[in-house]
Amino acid sequence: MDKVNLITSRTVVLPVENVDTDQIIPARFLKATSKIGLGKNLFADWRFDASGNPKADFILNRPEASGAAILVAGDNFGCGSSREHAPWALHDYGFRAVVSTSIADIFRNNALKNGLVPVVVDPSVHAKLLAAPGGSVTISVEDQTLTLADGTRTSFPIDPFARFCLLNGVDELEFLLAQEPAIAAFEKSRAA
Amino acid sequence: MKPRTMFEKIWEAHLVRPASADTPAILYVDLHLIHEVTSPQAFTWLREKNLEVRRPERTVATMDHSTPTTPRGRDGKIQVLDNAAALQIAALEKNCADFGIELHALGTEGQGIVHVIGPELGLTQPGAVIVCGDSHTSTHGAFGALAFGIGTSEVSHVLATQSLLQQPPKTLAVTIEGTLHPGVTAKDVILAVVARLGIGGGTGHVIEYRGSAIRALSMEERMTVCNMSIEAGARAGMIAPDETTFAYLKGRPRAPQGAAWDKAVAAWRSLPSDPGATFDREEKFDAAELEPMITYGTNPGMGISIGGPIPAPSNATAEKALAYMGLTGEKKLLGHKIDVVFIGSCTNSRLSDLRAAAGIFKGRKVAEGVRVLVVPGSQAIKKAAEAEGLDRVFRDAGADWREAGCSMCIAMNGDQLKPGQYAVSTSNRNFEGRQGAGGRTFLASPLTAAASAITGRITDAREMV
Repeated sequence: MDKVNLITSRTVVLPVENVDTDQIIPARFLKATSKIGLGKNLFADWRFDASGNPKADFILNRPEASGAAILVAGDNFGCGSSREHAPWALHDYGFRAVVSTSIADIFRNNALKNGLVPVVVDPSVHAKLLAAPGGSVTISVEDQTLTLADGTRTSFPIDPFARFCLLNGVDELEFLLAQEPAIAAFEKSRAA
Repeated sequence: MKPRTMFEKIWEAHLVRPASADTPAILYVDLHLIHEVTSPQAFTWLREKNLEVRRPERTVATMDHSTPTTPRGRDGKIQVLDNAAALQIAALEKNCADFGIELHALGTEGQGIVHVIGPELGLTQPGAVIVCGDSHTSTHGAFGALAFGIGTSEVSHVLATQSLLQQPPKTLAVTIEGTLHPGVTAKDVILAVVARLGIGGGTGHVIEYRGSAIRALSMEERMTVCNMSIEAGARAGMIAPDETTFAYLKGRPRAPQGAAWDKAVAAWRSLPSDPGATFDREEKFDAAELEPMITYGTNPGMGISIGGPIPAPSNATAEKALAYMGLTGEKKLLGHKIDVVFIGSCTNSRLSDLRAAAGIFKGRKVAEGVRVLVVPGSQAIKKAAEAEGLDRVFRDAGADWREAGCSMCIAMNGDQLKPGQYAVSTSNRNFEGRQGAGGRTFLASPLTAAASAITGRITDAREMV
């Protein structure tokens, strides 16, 4: 995993609550056996009409959304299925952080393993972000802060180990593999 | 000793290492279920890192999500016409063969929806930590197991180390006392719970379902309840094991046998939460107040009593949901015209679900123009249903009788709604497009689904029996 610390970008605002993983990437795109290239199917049914043409009113199809790396969405982002294809698609599309007032458990876990930073802010900061789509925002994983263009700064929670992994580009699997003696000892103690 | 909840007992018994200030807990996994959709990338990473599957004997695979459920050909085989699905199926076959993992391949007698076959084979046992790359893994909690869904990265972690890094969740007691009225099913219970908690209301929690109404449920009904814990955002739901649990498990192929059985049951009896154990939160329900439920919106928390009015939208999200559904607030759903009925999924595809639906279909015909799919959860259920003639009942009524799989719950296997169609579905998710792009889903019990199939309109099954 690449190291992740500072993310500075304009925001894309999707003011919808309970954005579920079926919207982030519909199930028909889960037949892939690789995680590469899923960004083209991100929000497929909101982005494209039945003939595959971009829907002009969807935020990701608007010129001001181009190149943005921070997605601001409504409460309870990423609810629903465990598909890691959801953070894969968001990351592949170019997003590096998702900001909301709450983020579903499995999605948050999956996002952290893929360099997509889940940022939970309080409703007042969230309201400011929603009111200023396209505003410039800086997220610091190291400082656990999100800073708006007007200087408003807020801190966000992140599990210390996940933060360490993001900052150092550590793959959790490598950490777990290094725990082999403890795992073997546990198995032995249970068999006794 | 401090009284402990069932969750705490199972959690503590599986700690390879407790959480520290800097690192999450390392939790040992007893049973890892895998399927074709969320595992291929994990095996790729194992190969790239030259790793083995640490405990293949604790890993069991089946195929369910992208597999077709259309009837077998003359050769007795299930045809996979979708190229991408065929590749995914072939990948799982190769991965299982290469790494020595037990696979219940398409069409074989042990195959079925992953959350149906685990219990059926007796693999799902009280006190176990069970994971799978699927959010409905919560189903297995019905046996007093700690069971939760994981992503594909975590699938690779469990394959390679049989362990997971986990932050301890909070506990939520959902207590339901009293007796359910006739015609109110386990599906109605969980839809009512999710409607009260809301789709995000259980986030960060493990639910323990308790109370006399829960204890009175059969194992299949308990699985229906635990299955939809994730629809309130809870990663896991669990029910204390009791005589109902032991009677279900006894004699199943993978359950302990002989002296090992007696020893296991003795250990399982110590699992229920101790008297005086405290939960971080509690929600109480009166079973007698529950009615058949149905959803009207685009998440499973948007549910109402079947006779009730659709709530007036209170915000933009609710307005968006009603616009997608083509519905108006303050009107009733009863009598709303439907196009499709789907009876199946890991929520409601077990023998008791099929029997309940067949009780309505018997001697009746599906309404003209309504398409009905009845999809058993496993090959074993299919066989058992056919042995008692349920397939004839469904076919005679005009319904399709299918092979086992996820089918129209996930719409990635050929079974799906057309844009704009309305379906009454016994599955677990009514998200936009979940059952096919543009499709509109009403979640309900098998009784409601069957009754609606007969009339072609949303119907209270209590009026038909």
